Amino acid sequence: MITLYLFIFLPFIFACIVPLLYKYLNRQVHTGWFVLVVPLSILIYLLTFIPAVASGETFEYTFSWIPSLGIHITSYVDGLGLLFGLLISGVGALVILYSIFYMSKVREALHNFYIYLLMFMGAMLGLVFSDHLLAFYGFWELTSVSSFLLISYWYERKSSRQGAMKSMLITVFGGFGMLAGFIMLIMMADTYSIRELIANMDVIQGHSLFIPAMLCILLGAFTKSAQFPFSIWLPDAMEAPTPVSSYLHSATMVKAGIYLVARMTPIFGGSPVWFWIVSGVGIITLLYGSLTALRQTDLKPLLAYSTISQLGLIMSLLGIGSLAVYFGPGESGTVFTVATFAALFHLFNHSTFKGSLFMVVGIIDHETGRRDIRYLGGLMHVMPITFTIALVGGLSMAGLPPFNGFLSKEMFFAAVLDVSKAGIFGLNSIGALFPVIAWVASIFTFVYCMIFVLKTFGGKYHPERLNRKVHEAPIGMLIAPMVLGLLVVLVFFFPNVLGKYILAPALTAVLPMMTVSSYDLKISAWHGINYELLMTLGVILLGGLLYMAKKRWLPTARKFPQGWTLNHFFNEGLLSAERWSASLTNRYMTGSLRHYLLYIFVFFVLLLLGSLLWFHGIRFDFSDNAMINIFDAGLVICMVISALTVLLAANRIVAIVALGALGYMVSMFFVIFRAPDLALTQMVVETVTTVLFLLCFYHLPKLKRTIERISFKWTNLVVSIAVGLTVTVLGLSANGHKLFEPITSFFENSYKLAGAKNIVNAILVDFRGFDTMLEISVLTIAGLGVYVLIRQRSKRGKEHEAE
Amino acid sequence: MKQNDVILQSVTRVAVVIILTFSIYLFMNGHHHPGGGFIGGLSTAAAIVLLYLSFGIEKVRENIRMDFKKLAAIGVLIAVGTGMTAVVFGKPFLTQAFDYFNLPIFGETELASALIFDTGVALAVIGTAVNIILSISEDR
Repeated sequence: MITLYLFIFLPFIFACIVPLLYKYLNRQVHTGWFVLVVPLSILIYLLTFIPAVASGETFEYTFSWIPSLGIHITSYVDGLGLLFGLLISGVGALVILYSIFYMSKVREALHNFYIYLLMFMGAMLGLVFSDHLLAFYGFWELTSVSSFLLISYWYERKSSRQGAMKSMLITVFGGFGMLAGFIMLIMMADTYSIRELIANMDVIQGHSLFIPAMLCILLGAFTKSAQFPFSIWLPDAMEAPTPVSSYLHSATMVKAGIYLVARMTPIFGGSPVWFWIVSGVGIITLLYGSLTALRQTDLKPLLAYSTISQLGLIMSLLGIGSLAVYFGPGESGTVFTVATFAALFHLFNHSTFKGSLFMVVGIIDHETGRRDIRYLGGLMHVMPITFTIALVGGLSMAGLPPFNGFLSKEMFFAAVLDVSKAGIFGLNSIGALFPVIAWVASIFTFVYCMIFVLKTFGGKYHPERLNRKVHEAPIGMLIAPMVLGLLVVLVFFFPNVLGKYILAPALTAVLPMMTVSSYDLKISAWHGINYELLMTLGVILLGGLLYMAKKRWLPTARKFPQGWTLNHFFNEGLLSAERWSASLTNRYMTGSLRHYLLYIFVFFVLLLLGSLLWFHGIRFDFSDNAMINIFDAGLVICMVISALTVLLAANRIVAIVALGALGYMVSMFFVIFRAPDLALTQMVVETVTTVLFLLCFYHLPKLKRTIERISFKWTNLVVSIAVGLTVTVLGLSANGHKLFEPITSFFENSYKLAGAKNIVNAILVDFRGFDTMLEISVLTIAGLGVYVLIRQRSKRGKEHEAE
Repeated sequence: MKQNDVILQSVTRVAVVIILTFSIYLFMNGHHHPGGGFIGGLSTAAAIVLLYLSFGIEKVRENIRMDFKKLAAIGVLIAVGTGMTAVVFGKPFLTQAFDYFNLPIFGETELASALIFDTGVALAVIGTAVNIILSISEDR
């Protein structure tokens, strides 16, 4: 069925025509109105899947991309994908509607904004419906790239660029880790399909790469979902326009990691490592996020840290839910299945209330020009609708009835209470920490929710602190948060509609081994008086007290030393990495040719001598050698003497002349070894080069003409002796290793084949004339090079004189 | 002070002829005896350099109106051209051919296409060698 692809790729296709719409129609109509069609149509299309998926059906479509490598773009629609797909398209539609009123038609580069946003939307949709691991990875990186573009949308601001870079570095780092994990999975199970991986679970779980693959994939999930300690990019990403923050950093991108963990639960769940890492990191993130959120004075970072905290909550619930895989169908398994259900439920709830809260912040920013709570206050009467929405979202985030956050928070408390009693994986000893941390974190959550709502809207109104005339936001801006706020309330009163049609199939996808009948998914607001309710009451009580007394402790909390923050460590780490690599590079890239030659020679010696020794290649065989006669010996002695003269010469003329002598001696060798052509050529060429050397010597700069000996360096001596030794050993060994007869016998009939009695000449011009042809080309090029170099120089010199 | 180079110039007049003859001998002889395009070209260049040394650049340039850069290029072109000729006749690149002809004065003579190739080599070597030396000597 091609329509699914059409809808997944619709954002990409539409992104192509956005510039046209912007260029020709933006003056009349805000471009966002056209873009709004995309998520709406996707939403409507995806809604048609709900009945079938709710009854347990799944859909799969494959588009062959690189068939020879087995790479397809497989789209697989099941409950989990559908839940995310609905969130992406639904919140996407609302965000675009909101952005139409938030982003100015006149001042902003809207085409950029909507292209990036559509790219991001398409990537997210592709991600959640992907069954193919590599396609999944592709979409994953595309979300990183498009979110990078969106964060740096106001690229003329330094903080935007820095935030974008930080998020890019961290998420791509995790993405690479995830890719490594995926490749390990592919190696283990020999398939790219996630469903087939789940089917081959026993192979994977027995494999030695099981733990490394899990850790790599979790790295990807944690960086994307801003878990501790990778959470630092999310607050900095708040430099993006508020619709972007609302979309990416509350509803979609940060949930990609959650999605990945949920998808991989059937494969990795049930292992203690998975449980401890996922739930442990989740619960630490929950506490860390809620504590840090308290210290913020800017509304957007406050919401960013609360997002981190809530994501930690969902993550820890997923970790606890993975215990269901360990227990399998049965009573204990059912208990933990509820935890997974709570994770999915809270995920949905979080998207609704956090989306609306971000939009509220955007409205406040837009209407007052301030986001800092120290300047705000008393907006309740000025902006009553905004206040209502903020109250609904804030109380839901704090986990109070009658809002959906209450339900999922109750389920969260139930899950942490259950896990402390599970008695496996060493939970006996420290399992009790789970409910304690969760409870403490919930108190902090309650406090910062109160700060968010009451410090902004409560208290006295100070118009003099604000630089604008404040009034209620336009209705268009209010529609989207109102819809989300309405959902928050509706879900509280009718949770089972959502549960039955959307969350239950998603749960089946996360825990396919649990049969539907083995758990009972009724969400109800009232369980009677139990521990969870008492915990919530405690949260309200203690949280309320803490909020009352906030003047006593909040300033102290805000004075937390900057040097201890993760951000500080990250920045310092980045800086010192740069410094360190620069100093390392400067240390060996000295710019001195002598040093580079030393590296080359040392490497040469190490490689050749090393491989000779390694493969036992040193073998001398002198049996075939010719006799040495007196001429050979005499010439060699003369050559050694002249070579030493070159080295030890006190001035350059001596060295040049000794070098010439060496050359003539070589030509004498050619005579002795019966190579008249070579001897002739060598003689003439040696003469020419000696003359050229003398020429160079004559033109040495007169400034520093002090003729001094070459300074002696031990390293140079050692390296040069080593090189000489290597070449000698190599030559002698090669000589003793003749593997086959030389082919000279073929050239001996040069008169018959080439009509030439001179074999050398026949080889040069006939048998291997190609080499000669290129050699004369080399010669000509060298001649032209000399000509050009000299001409250019003298021409430039004349220009200088003319000046 | 004007130098008087009578002896040098007189000797050069004779010597250049001998050197040129010898270099042509080396060149023509290359097929069967030591010698060939490279040596022949270099010794021709030596003769020309000798002329430059004894008569000065301006005077030689008046008499030998030749651009040695072009000469080098022509040499390379000849060498490539002989290779291409073989291709035209449907043989692999640079296939050389030879045969024996009965020429009026020389009698039975071997003519080889390799000689044309060698001519290219010689011209390239002469052109390059003279070109380099001229360039350097003009660098003032």
